[in-house]
Amino acid sequence: MNIDFLIDNFADLSVTGLAQGAIYALVALGYTLVYGVLRLINFAHSEVFVTGTFATILTLRGIGIGPDDPVPSLLMVLLTLVLASIVAALSSGAVALLVERVAYRPLRRRNAPPLVFLISAVGASLVLMEIYALFLGRDNVRVGNLIKPRTQFTVFGADVTNRQILIVVSAVLMMVVLDSFISRTRLGRGVRAVSQNPDAAALMGVNKDRVIALTFLLGGLMAGVAAVLYDLNFGVTKFSAGFLIGLKAFTAAVLGGIGNLRGALLGGLLLGLAENWGQALLGSAWRDVIAFVFLIVVLMFRPTGILGESLGRARV
Amino acid sequence: MALLEITDLSVHYGRVRAVHEVSLTVAEGEIVTLIGANGAGKTTTMRALSGLQPVSSGRIHFDGEDITHLRADLRVIRGISQAPEGRGIFPGMSVRDNLDMGAYARRDRHLTRAADLERVFTLFPRLKERSRQAGGTLSGGEQQMLTIGRALMARPRLLLLDEPSMGLAPMLIGQIFEILQEINEQGTTILLVEQNAHRALSVADRAYILETGSIVATGTGSALLDDPSVRAAYLGVA
Ligand SMILES: Nc1ncnc2c1ncn2[C@@H]1O[C@H](COP(=O)(O)OP(=O)(O)OP(=O)(O)O)[C@@H](O)[C@H]1O
Ligand SMILES: [Mg+2]
Repeated sequence: MNIDFLIDNFADLSVTGLAQGAIYALVALGYTLVYGVLRLINFAHSEVFVTGTFATILTLRGIGIGPDDPVPSLLMVLLTLVLASIVAALSSGAVALLVERVAYRPLRRRNAPPLVFLISAVGASLVLMEIYALFLGRDNVRVGNLIKPRTQFTVFGADVTNRQILIVVSAVLMMVVLDSFISRTRLGRGVRAVSQNPDAAALMGVNKDRVIALTFLLGGLMAGVAAVLYDLNFGVTKFSAGFLIGLKAFTAAVLGGIGNLRGALLGGLLLGLAENWGQALLGSAWRDVIAFVFLIVVLMFRPTGILGESLGRARV
Repeated sequence: MALLEITDLSVHYGRVRAVHEVSLTVAEGEIVTLIGANGAGKTTTMRALSGLQPVSSGRIHFDGEDITHLRADLRVIRGISQAPEGRGIFPGMSVRDNLDMGAYARRDRHLTRAADLERVFTLFPRLKERSRQAGGTLSGGEQQMLTIGRALMARPRLLLLDEPSMGLAPMLIGQIFEILQEINEQGTTILLVEQNAHRALSVADRAYILETGSIVATGTGSALLDDPSVRAAYLGVA
């Protein structure tokens, strides 16, 4: 136990934790959205995310920004970020839609029991993973050199870098957009209706298939943006990178209250913080253990998560 | 030609038969009621009409169109709206949002919503008082009003009501039936499922009696009210 280290670096650890947590939160939205309407954990969501990490790298390569190139000008960086986000979001969104079509919709038509969906989900996840391994290799793939972290300001003694600001701001922005889409638009109200009472939603004239596809798409778009931020933050990805972040994002979703959009944000940030504090306290080998201890404890003592169903209006 | 025409409809849950070769018609402008004991298959019939429950055999025609296998949401667009049995509301949405969901399928909802809302609030002042409250926190009777009000927001051609009087105080039941007659006079055709056979037969133009999945009697509301065997079995009069 290294309490002094934790205390001395508390602010720094917290800032790093928030940035990572913001990425978990964005990925967590995909689990939560799909769970909200289908009561199904889409285990292929981790590969939907990985799609975005590769799409980002390939976009950067296409522009000519490799891992060892110098950082381009600010304008170029911004344009590249926007382009990469669009490409990554659309790629992840497209794969998410594909998964829904191929792995789930046929089962829904046959009224398959939940376990079959789970098997199909794991299968889709493995297939995607192996496809990426086949085309992009089994090794780490490095991300183009786009941002050089530079301290912008200090809070409570913690250095906050441009990269961290970018990550947190983009993640929060995406969530605000999603949240208002769900609560303000007609389609968004359809999503909420299906998640709260599928039969009644059908009686209102909501097209359930369309709503389900929409939640996969929205989850995919969020995962794609998360993937860009992940690439910027960690600098590498891998065909199997989705496994760990997928499980952590799932933990974040459960922690906040699965099915609850704001819960995903809360769960992601909390998990990011806890991981970094815990790793300072116990040593970095314990980092990944923390997420799973959280998952087990939450499932045992408060399966509905922190916000649970209490936030009636914020629920999907 | 009848607005709704059901021909030899059968519905199964797995191997269990819930509805067996039921045929019935509802003409434009009518109030038709379907009565029967618990488990007779009334709700199952209603679910099949709305497209929530797949049918095993038989046909359903609405306004001349075969809708037997039409998706549920498209039936709503055709003009069929159901107030389902029990707690069919959206628990996490406010009363107001629940009512708005009723108009979800209407293209002209922006034009008609204010007037329709006003009409529902006039019929059920209680809903107006509670309009910001979450649907899930309403009392059973208030939820019942909400499902009826919500179905009206769709301005349906055919309104399907599954036990609208369930869980309501006797006074309110009287009001609900008056409201149904009023809606009907304004041009909405109604198919009404009821346990409260006396009330239902009193307002209905025609009625069907369902027993363990099959129609066993049919006639005008007043004829069935006077029928000794119906009186004994469904009205508790010897
Ligand atoms: N989901 C289901 N799975 C299996 N059997 C069902 C299902 N739903 C209904 N049933 C059975 O089908 C039969 C008809 O049920 P239904 O709900 O249509 O009756 P009902 O006439 O509406 O009764 P009540 O007046 O009690 O509402 C019953 O025997 C019931 O047990
Ligand atoms: Mg019933």
